[in-house]
Amino acid sequence: MSATWWAVILATLGCYAAKLGGHSVPQHFLERPLVREVSDALPIALLMALVAVQTFAVGQTLVLDARVAGLGAAVVALLLRAPFLVVVVVAAVTAAVFRHLGWAV
Amino acid sequence: MSTVEGHLGSDGETHWHEERRAIVVNAAGVGIAVAAYGVSFGAIAVTGGLTVLQTQFLSALMFTGGSQFALVGVLIAGGGAASAVATSVMLGFRNAFYALAMAPVLKVHGLRRLIAAQLTIDESTAMAVGRSVEHDGGRASRLAFWATGISVFVFWNLATLLGAAGANALGDPKVWGLDAAIPAGFIALVWPRLNDRRSWTIGLTAAAVALALTPFLRPGVPVLLTAVVAVVAGVLAVRRKVES
Repeated sequence: MSATWWAVILATLGCYAAKLGGHSVPQHFLERPLVREVSDALPIALLMALVAVQTFAVGQTLVLDARVAGLGAAVVALLLRAPFLVVVVVAAVTAAVFRHLGWAV
Repeated sequence: MSTVEGHLGSDGETHWHEERRAIVVNAAGVGIAVAAYGVSFGAIAVTGGLTVLQTQFLSALMFTGGSQFALVGVLIAGGGAASAVATSVMLGFRNAFYALAMAPVLKVHGLRRLIAAQLTIDESTAMAVGRSVEHDGGRASRLAFWATGISVFVFWNLATLLGAAGANALGDPKVWGLDAAIPAGFIALVWPRLNDRRSWTIGLTAAAVALALTPFLRPGVPVLLTAVVAVVAGVLAVRRKVES
C-alpha cells in the first residue's frame, strides 16, 4: 500500500477518534480551562501556518511567486464577504493571470 | 420536556411544525453552501496527485473539511505522510469539543452514537447549539444537528466527486493557478476565527514561526510545530484569567 493511502487511512482514524472521544469521555475531562483555550487557538495557529507555507514555500525554499498575488486577491474577496468558492476561484484566476502576463512565475 | 409540551397543546404543535420546516430548509441551505468547499477540495486533491478513490474516501470517512484540506495540502507540498497525518488530526481535535457539547443534547448510544460522532462537525454543531435546549428539551437542537449533518454529508460527498472528476480534465495545476487555490482555501477556512486582536496575534505569530522554520526542517514539520504557539497562547490566556 502506498504512503498516501497510509496517510489517508491513519488521519481518517485519528479524526474519527477525536469525534467519538468527545461523545464518550466524561464531561469534565475536556473542560479544563487550559485544554479549552489551547484547542481554541490550535485551528487558528495551524491554518495560518498552512496559509503562510502554502503561499511562500517550495519545499524548504522561501519564494515569491504568483501565489502571493492569489492570496492577496483571496483576502480582498474575503473582505468583500465573498463565499468560499468565489474566494478560491478568484485566487486561482489571479495567479494564473499573473503567470500568463509574465508578472510572476 | 413533558411539562412544557403538555402546556403547549395544539399551538405548540403548529409552532413545532413551522420550526421543523425552518430547520430542514436551513440544513439544506448549509449543505448547498458547503458544496462549494467540496468542489474545491475534490479538484485540489486530484490535481495534487491523490486518486479519485482516496479523495472520496476522505470526504466520506474523514468528513471534516479543515483536516481534509490540511492532509492533502501537506502531502502535495511534499511534507511526508507523518506530518500530514499529525497536522490533519490536530485540526480535527476541535470536533471532540463539539461532540462534548452535543452529547448531553443528543443522548445517543450504540450505533447511533457512532453515526452521530461522524456527523459532529463545524456546521452541524453550529446549527444545533444555536438553539435553546430549555424550552423543548432539545428537540429542535437534535433535529438541527441530524438534518444539518446529513445534508452536509450528502452535498459534501457529491461535490467532492464533481470536483475530483472535473479536475482530471484540467491537467497542469499551475496553469490554472490551482496552487494558489490551496492557501486561499486555508485563509477562507480560518477567516471566521480571526475575529479579534488575540486571534490575529496567534495567527500571524504562527505564520511567522512556520516561515522562519521552513529552510531548516522537512516540509510539513514547521506547520506542526506551530501547535506550540497555540499552547503558549492557551497558557497565557488561562494565566490572564486567573490574575483578573
